[in-house]
Amino acid sequence: MEKHETTRVSKALVKGVPLDGKGNGVHHESPPLGNTKPRPAEAPVRGLLFLSALVSVMTTIGIVLVLATEAVSFFKTVSVFDFLTGTKWTPLFEPKSFGIMPLLAGTLLVALGASLVAIPIGLASAIYLSEYSSHRVRSWVKPVLEVLAGVPTVVYGYFALTFITPILRRVFPEMSIFNAASASIAMGIMILPMVSSLSEDAMRAVPRSLREAAYALGSTRYEVASRVVVPAAASGITASFILAVSRAIGETMIVAIAAGATPKLTLNPLESIQTMTAYIVQVSLGDAPYGTIEYKTIFAVGLLLFLMTLGMNILGQWVTRRYREVYR
Amino acid sequence: MMANTSDRFILQTRNLNLWYGERKALANINIDIQPQRVTAIIGPSGCGKSTLLRCFNRMNELLPGIRIEGQVLYNGEDLYGSNVDVTEVRYRIGMVFQKPTPFPKSIFENVAFGPRIHGLTENLAERVERSLQQAALWDEVKDRLHHNALGLSGGQQQRLCIARALALEPEVLLMDEPTSALDPVAAGKVEELIVNLKKRYTIVIVTHNLQQGARVADTTAFLLGGELVEIGPTSEMYTRPRDNRTEAYITGRFG
Ligand SMILES: Nc1ncnc2c1ncn2[C@@H]1O[C@H](COP(=O)(O)OP(=O)(O)OP(=O)(O)O)[C@@H](O)[C@H]1O
Ligand SMILES: [Mg+2]
Repeated sequence: MEKHETTRVSKALVKGVPLDGKGNGVHHESPPLGNTKPRPAEAPVRGLLFLSALVSVMTTIGIVLVLATEAVSFFKTVSVFDFLTGTKWTPLFEPKSFGIMPLLAGTLLVALGASLVAIPIGLASAIYLSEYSSHRVRSWVKPVLEVLAGVPTVVYGYFALTFITPILRRVFPEMSIFNAASASIAMGIMILPMVSSLSEDAMRAVPRSLREAAYALGSTRYEVASRVVVPAAASGITASFILAVSRAIGETMIVAIAAGATPKLTLNPLESIQTMTAYIVQVSLGDAPYGTIEYKTIFAVGLLLFLMTLGMNILGQWVTRRYREVYR
Repeated sequence: MMANTSDRFILQTRNLNLWYGERKALANINIDIQPQRVTAIIGPSGCGKSTLLRCFNRMNELLPGIRIEGQVLYNGEDLYGSNVDVTEVRYRIGMVFQKPTPFPKSIFENVAFGPRIHGLTENLAERVERSLQQAALWDEVKDRLHHNALGLSGGQQQRLCIARALALEPEVLLMDEPTSALDPVAAGKVEELIVNLKKRYTIVIVTHNLQQGARVADTTAFLLGGELVEIGPTSEMYTRPRDNRTEAYITGRFG
């Protein structure tokens, strides 16, 4: 109905036909509507696209359902409280113990180590790319960073084990072959492009006029970057940190290869540890018989992992949305 | 003191030429700016008004591919000299832009920005208050100094930007169409402010609004196609222009 009106009006306007005040052209020269040639039908296209979208939605729902049902069955044997607060994780040996703390500590230790590598270097390179580099430098640094992001994680894993660990062991001879530090460093390098490119995007979104205003007050380039651009892009930068850490928490290959398989409640990065993801790999590849309690542990661990990364992604998105509103 | 011409003028250009890449934007500009006066630069769109204004605080240097020939003198000293620190230039010669550009910080922090980076943190609160007073904004914001500046109206934001520039007590204030993004009431306030500020500051203002130019400026310069056509006392310029191109512009026959 509304469409009908606007078509008449615009046609009348284009032809210069005077309007009678009700939106109708006085002369009815335009052909009646509904006379156009038929085009590929909308409904089947729409249906096909909808089905494609449905596949991913259904898959997600399916995964959550499987995780939840198996986890519920696990929690019939082990209480949620014992699971979350227990400090011993020995589901594969007698006496069995199902305290997630050691795995959680391992996961957070590696994620923290990775952040300590990725956040400062990522932020510094974002500032460099956005505020200092010439167009020419940027045109080759950015592709290099993208290559870094495209390296398969298994390569990072072997890089940690065969390159970083030997170097670290020269400095710390007491260090285990499998250890949290090497995995952290490799993972830090892996998430660095994510931090730098998302942070750079946030900084580039800061209007040029704000930079000019700061320069016009006699700021140096560094002052413009540190006092205007970074604070103005703070939420976007924070979001990039959160998303990168979430990625680090969920990362599997590097820690499975380089961090070890000994669940340990420790904050010492030189020791061998186990993360939640690495534990799931271990059990999945091993031969825990279907339906046993050790088999079910991976669903409980997986559910917790899922909730953690989901929470961080939601937080990241919420922060991003907030920063978009700043310039409206 | 010698009666050198450069003593009487605070800003001067000598055969100033400027190119954006291949494109020439300013041709042989010789202009003298008197201290403690309002000088208006008028002319049709694209004639080089903003470009000329941005030569006075070296803002043009931020653009790639720009080339400048000739001299800009500030109190007789070459503004582009190799021993001149550009941050010092912009400290002494402030600028207000066409669109308000408050930082996404509190009102207080906006005004305190310049003093902080130049180490003028003694009596900072007083300095902020004084600047806001001078910009005729104090009464409207004194109860919400720590609120975000983006919550102010457009006219208030522009006066905040003026306060932010005044907080450094510059000798010269450059204003590029400071009222063109404002509604008439807000524009009127800013105009009033400009007239009051000239007691203490030298003001160079670019304006598209000839009535505004006539109201606020002591001296007017008419620019056309990158050339300075004429400069003189505003009243003469508007009543008895020497050049017929000026007359054509002022009577609205082009531009
Ligand atoms: N960054 C730039 N790169 C290339 N050319 C530019 C640039 N800025 C301005 N110019 C050109 O230089 C000329 C003068 O521009 P300027 O902005 O100084 O004009 P103006 O008189 O301020 O115009 P307006 O009244 O529309 O603001 C114009 O022809 C413009 O196209
Ligand atoms: Mg302009």
